[in-house]
This record gives sequence, C-alpha cells and structure tokens, in this order.
Amino acid sequence: MVENRPWANVFAHLMLIGGVALVVFPVYIAIVASTQAPGDLLRGSLPMWPGSHGWENYKAMWSTGLSRAGAPPAGQMLWNSFVMAMAITVGKLSISLLSAFAIVYFRFRFRMFFFWLIFITLMLPVEVRIIPTYQVVADLSMLNSFAGLSIPLIASATATFLFRQFFMTVPEEMLEAARVDGAGPLKFFKDILMPLSITNIAALFVIMFIYGWNQYLWPLLITTDPDYYTIVMGIQRMTSEENPQWHLIMAAVVLAALPPVLVILFMQRLFVKGLTETEK
Amino acid sequence: MQTKRMTFPGHWLPYALLAPQVIITLIFFIWPAGQAMYQSLLREDAFGLKTTFVGLENFARLFRDGAYLNSLSVTAVFAIGTTLLSMSVALLLASTVNRMIRSRSTYTTLLVWPYAIAPAIAGVLWWFIFHPSIGVIPYVLDMVGYDWNHRTSGADAMLLVVFAAAWKQISYNFLFFLAGLQSIPQSLIEAAAIDGASPFKRFWTIVFPLLTPTTFFLMVVNVVYAMFDTFGIIHATTEGGPSQATNTLVYKVYSDGFVGLNLGSSAAQSVILMAIVVALTIVQFRYIERRVNY
Amino acid sequence: MASITLEGLKKTYGGNVDAVKGIDLSIEDGEFVVLVGPSGCGKSTLLRMVAGLESITQGTLKIGDRVVNRLEPAERDIAMVFQNYALYPHMTVYNNLAYGLKNRKFNREQIEARVQTAARMLEITDFLQRKPRQLSGGQRQRVAMGRALVRDPAAFLLDEPLSNLDAKLRVQMRVEIKQLQRRLKTTSLYVTHDQLEAMTLGDRLVVLNGGQIEQVGTPMEIYARPASMFVAGFIGSPAMNMLPLDYLHVQGSGALLHDLPENTDTVGIRPDDMLLQAPDSPHFTVEATLVLFEAAGAESHLYVQLADSEQPTVIRTSGQPPVSEGDTLTLHIAREAIHPFNSASGKRTGG
Repeated sequence: MVENRPWANVFAHLMLIGGVALVVFPVYIAIVASTQAPGDLLRGSLPMWPGSHGWENYKAMWSTGLSRAGAPPAGQMLWNSFVMAMAITVGKLSISLLSAFAIVYFRFRFRMFFFWLIFITLMLPVEVRIIPTYQVVADLSMLNSFAGLSIPLIASATATFLFRQFFMTVPEEMLEAARVDGAGPLKFFKDILMPLSITNIAALFVIMFIYGWNQYLWPLLITTDPDYYTIVMGIQRMTSEENPQWHLIMAAVVLAALPPVLVILFMQRLFVKGLTETEK
Repeated sequence: MQTKRMTFPGHWLPYALLAPQVIITLIFFIWPAGQAMYQSLLREDAFGLKTTFVGLENFARLFRDGAYLNSLSVTAVFAIGTTLLSMSVALLLASTVNRMIRSRSTYTTLLVWPYAIAPAIAGVLWWFIFHPSIGVIPYVLDMVGYDWNHRTSGADAMLLVVFAAAWKQISYNFLFFLAGLQSIPQSLIEAAAIDGASPFKRFWTIVFPLLTPTTFFLMVVNVVYAMFDTFGIIHATTEGGPSQATNTLVYKVYSDGFVGLNLGSSAAQSVILMAIVVALTIVQFRYIERRVNY
Repeated sequence: MASITLEGLKKTYGGNVDAVKGIDLSIEDGEFVVLVGPSGCGKSTLLRMVAGLESITQGTLKIGDRVVNRLEPAERDIAMVFQNYALYPHMTVYNNLAYGLKNRKFNREQIEARVQTAARMLEITDFLQRKPRQLSGGQRQRVAMGRALVRDPAAFLLDEPLSNLDAKLRVQMRVEIKQLQRRLKTTSLYVTHDQLEAMTLGDRLVVLNGGQIEQVGTPMEIYARPASMFVAGFIGSPAMNMLPLDYLHVQGSGALLHDLPENTDTVGIRPDDMLLQAPDSPHFTVEATLVLFEAAGAESHLYVQLADSEQPTVIRTSGQPPVSEGDTLTLHIAREAIHPFNSASGKRTGG
C-alpha cells in the first residue's frame, strides 16, 4: 500500500472481522441450536453458546432421522446426495471433455450446428422448463431413481466451453508431435490431452460437485420415495411440519453444509480457479 | 469458429464423441423447451379432459393478471435488493482485504465458504434466526420496539429472503471483486497518491472506474442468480407468501404448474422466463466480447 | 534411411492463397539440406508437407521409393524436431523419448536400449527422470533431438530447432547437430531463417522466396554466385551492396565494364569486396564519406555515403582501420568482385 497509517489498519481489521462475523453468524447459530436439548429452543431466547446435547442430536439425526416428518436418517440422505453429486459431476465432465475434443480436434459436417445446440442449453436453466422436463423423466420411468436425479442435469454447456477454451490454448505442436509419434485420436486424448487438462478437470470437479450437492428443485420433484431423498431437500420436508424440531433440523443443516464447505476449504485454489474460469 | 491448424481425420468418431452430450441435450433440454412453447399455446379445461388451442391467449391473460404483474414487481425488488446488498458488502470487504498483505488469504478463506451452502439451506438458516418466536434477531428487534413477523408482514418476508439470497452470494462477488482489484496496476494508485488524492478519493476516482467491467459483469450474474437460482430460498421459507409478497417468477412457474396444475399458464410463464434468460445471456456475451477487445 | 523427392509440390490455402508454388527438389540419402528464407516464404509449410502435418494440394512426394502423399505422419518413417520442442509436459524425459516407440509396439527392452543410447549421445542421461519444465532451454532442445533420434527414422525434419536458444547455446548446438548428422548419416531437412545457420549446417541450401525456389546449391556456390538479387541480399551479412551500373560508369573507369553480360543494369558488391587499399587486379575506385564506424572486435563495419548517391552502403574490413567519421575514403572494387544483375527480372545476368 501507498501509506501505512496504523489507525487505518486497525479499522480495516475491525471491519473485516465484522464481515467475517456476519458471514459466520447464521452458521454459528445453527451450530448452537443443534447442540441444545429439545425444549431449550422454545423458551423464547436462544442460548448464545453451544449446549451439551450435540452428540445425541447429531446421532439421532444421523441414524434415525425425523420419521414423523417423513425424513429418513441423515446418513442415508447424505449418501444419496453424494451419489447424485458424484454422478452429475463425473457425467458432466465426461461428456463435456468428449464433445469439446470433437469440436476442437475434428472438422466435420454440422460442427457449428452441434456447437450451437450445446450452447443453447446454457440459456435453459432447469427452473424455467421444469414441468415439461418432469414429464419427460416421468415418461421414461426415471422418477425415484439415481438416473433420474442425475442424467437430466448432466448436459453442461459451461464445462464444454471451458474445455474448448482450454484445448484451444494447448500448443498445436502437441498434436503434431503426437501424430508423428504415431498416436491416433483416442490415444492422443488419453495420453496427452487428459493429463494436460488435469488441473482444469479438478477445478471444474469442485464447482460441479457443489452444484450437484446443492440441487434442490429437481430432487424435490422427482423423488417421492424417501429412499431417494437428498439431504438438501430432506431438510425442507422437516421444516414444513407443524412443530419443527429445530435442534435436530439444525443438526441436519450442519451435516448438509459440511461436505461442500469442506471441499471449498481444502481445495480453495482449485475452487477459485474453477469459479473464475467457468464465468469467463 | 476455429479448430486446430491440423485436425484428425475421422468420419464417424466426432459424431460418436458428441453423441452423449447431444442426446441428453435433445431429450432433456430441447424437447422440454419445445414442449413448453407448445403448451403455452394451449389451454386445458378444469378437469384436464379437453385441450384447446388458444394462440397467445395465455400470454395476454398473464399480462392482465394482477398476480402475475405483482410477481414481476416482486422479482424486480428481490433481484435489485439482493444484487445491491450483496455487491456492496462484497466490494467493501474485497477492497479492505486487498489492503492486507499477510492476512489476505486468511480473510479470503473465511469469507468464501458460504458459496458452498445450498440456497435452500441458506433460506432455512435465515428463517431460523428470524423466527418470530424463537429467532435471535426478532428477540433483539423486540427490545427496540420492532415487532418482526415475516409470516404476516410482506416487507419482513421480502427482507428475509433478500438477506438469505445476498448472504450466500457475498462470497462469489467478493472473489470477483478481489480478482478485479488485484488486476489494477499498483503504479496507477501510487501515481494518484503522488498527485495528492486521499485514499477515499483514490477509490472513487481511480479504483472504482477501473472496476467497471467487473461490476457490470457481476450485476448481470447477480440478477440471473436472484431470478433463477433462488427457488430453494423461497420454497424452503416463505413459499411465496405472505399474500404473494415473495412470489417470484420462478416460484410462480412452479406453484402454478405443480400446485395449481394450470399447465398452459405455467408454460407461458416458462417461455417468458426463457426469453429473459436469452436476453440476459446476450447482454453477458456482448459484454464479454467487449472486454476481450480492450 | 532414404532419399526424399519433391515433384511439383504445391500448397494452396482456402482455394486461392498459394503458400508453396510448385517445388521440385531431390534430397539424396544421407544429405543435410537446409531450407532457408525470410518468414512467410513457405519453408515451414514445405517441411510440414513432407512431415504429413499439412496436406499436399498438388504434386508428388516420395520418401525412398514410396509415394507418401496420403500417408499419416507416423507412417512416413520421419521424425520431427519442433521450434518450441513440443515436449509432453506431463511426461518424464524418458517417457517423452519412449512414447513414439511404445505406440509402435516396441518391447520394453528395445525401448530401454534405444532411449539409453540416444540419451548417452545427447548427454541427457542424468535428466531422464525429470519433467521438461525442470530443464533449461538447452536441455529441452536436446530432449527434442533425442525424441527424433530414438526412432532411427528414414529422415529428420527440423523446424527452426535452435531459434528459441540464446546466441551462445545456438552456436554450440549448431556444431553438435552437424556432428551428430555426420555420424548418423540420416537424411535431414532443416528449416531456418538464419542465413549463418544455413551456411554452416547444410550440405546444400535451398533458398526460398514467396513459395518458390530462388536457388539450390552448396553454401559456397550460393555465396560465390547468387542467382538473384534476392539471394544476394539474403545470404551473407552484412547484405550485399547494390549499385546501379550507371553509377560505376560515371564514377569508375568504364573500360572495365564492357565485358559484363547483356541486360546488366545493377551490380552487387559484397561489403568485404570494397577495399580501402587498391588490389593488384583491375579495379574501380569510388569516393565515399564515412558516416558511422562500428568496431566489432576482429572486424569493423563502415557505413558510408557514396559520392553523388543516396544508396546506403556498408563495408566490412578486418581489424580496425585508422579512419574516423567524416573522413573521405577512396574505395577500391576489384573487377572480379562484381556480381551482375538485371533489376527488372531480379536475376543474375550471364547465367
């Protein structure tokens, strides 16, 4: 910085600490609430410090769930969320890598047509065409299945564009050297292109995983069987009953938030890279 | 559009590589979108027995319908409120963090993680702390004489969803503002300091104008986010209420179609939303093109 | 090992842009041929056509007795060294060298033996387990050479392989490449824009300009008898000075000029052939003013302004002559140092 005024620095730190507090506040409250005994929350004033019932609340949520509200154990919902998120992530990455490879490394008829076809999907978030998409999935008997949860969300113009951008920056000579070395298209893809894209794949993996984990409307629509509930939508089921058990719901909220938050905290560099590059 | 200088020969391989993506796109994107457009021109009778072609009647009705017009203005208020709140907090935090050298990465880590939290979860968190009988904030507000109740007050409910939506989006805006700030050459700021500009003046005359591309980009992204990605926040908390006060366009498509089973109207609303997305995407791409040309 | 024959080779882009306009050339088995010319002359395109990296619009390309026009690069039995080396960044040096052999289904022992031999030859044995980014520019260049070497191909194709090195390394690698090629006797086609590199490396040079061959010959043939004003200007540094013939008529002694070939209207004189001392053989003299004196150690460059002429002219002398800027010099030009040209055709006159 140009100047270094001590009071300005103190003020800046105070402001940032305030900002962090604002960001942390709701989650802190959730943690506090999730450690209270059932009745403690209903006395009209929420305690400011974590209580001593955390273990039993989390255990109850993890293994029993809220059967009265029709919510299965959180352990199972977390697993469902994980399977769905992984299926969406792996699916998106695979089909995007393949189609970007085709678009960049081949010349063929209707190449532009396919490019625009994929591009259009960028403009059609699931929220705006929800009913006809639901009908398609219902017609294909994919309701209440992992296939129905994941496959319709797999097509991704964003990932295809990102990989296309990246492939365009791979030096021309990589392909030429590989061809002189006797590598065909699939060999080149496997031996050269994939290893070169590994950082991009990892960065996108982080973003896509969070995207998949946080799906809400889609699982809400196509799962009526609690065996397929994901944690994010399951929580909504718990809050909508007559007398919500907030201490258990907040335990579920913490459990639902934990995996993607941990992913960001431990892979912050990849996360930032993925986020800034998918939006270019 | 370019390819590589040299490409692979191949007659069927490129099509095979594209096939998975194209098939999924056709089945789950193009076909439903076409269906939505088709259905927007039809009307079913009350028992779902008879379907008649009504042309643009569904659209005409929407714009005569007070509930839909209300939803438009609710969406506008929600999107503008969320965007302004989230972006201004993020800019304040980013420009402050950018002053820091040693603590920069620590603060960044502490500020980015809410991105990971699902909108629906964010909604439940804020719903809980604003809960009229057990929430922390109404308890405090009560002491200063304000009776918070988002179940009866439309304004309270709108504030609640704006807070939840803005809170979740701060980390995203923060990261892009920080990146934008770091790409401003330090020498420009030093030159302004030598020219005698105070830190405050430097920010408004040098830094903020140079951030314009980032700001504009974030505005578009935030509006898109507020319009389409916040379904979970609304659905998990206010469910559009009280008395339509938080019934945004996206939520209305869902509630009219799935709850009210008014397919023609819901489809017409979908088509309007698609038009809005297309318009916003074009704006975004125009802007990206311009940025590339700098 | 094999000869390479180019017959009427043409490359047309987008239907109307001719990058290579019909090249006939035959490269003998074991020969080192350098394609040299300014950027945009088509030399790289031509090399890439031989490699199979660019399609051939028209003409026939043979490697050995095989017509290879339609073969994949990998089927042509050639190896290529790229300007930016094109090493696979995620593979170790060992795997960079081995990749082409693996794709050709060599067994493990054969690969090991060949990689080790190539590595020893290029003195990169110590780096085999490193990744390319951990190597210096010179080491990367050696790895790129190694990747060509292990294959033991019919021909090496080298596309400006030294242009990414600093001046000192470039000279060192130039010498090594020359020695290596002498030892292996593999047919080599080498592209460069650097005339000094071309002169020192090639058994024969092919000077290209605008997609066409200007001249083919040994370095000394080309230096001694440039076939066109373009070649005269391109080969040799500083470039050959060009003067209108009339200027010598007026300034010099016209008697010596009557035996110049017909149609000569321009003469070229190399900077070394403008002498400060009169030679014994028949010669001209011209007056000039010294504008700038450049001492380069063993030699000096004198930038002079010829009397009554606008033509910028350079002289090269060995050592440091006792002259200073502003002096009027008398320059002596031997009759046999004159290269006669016709400015309209750009060609050397008198065959």
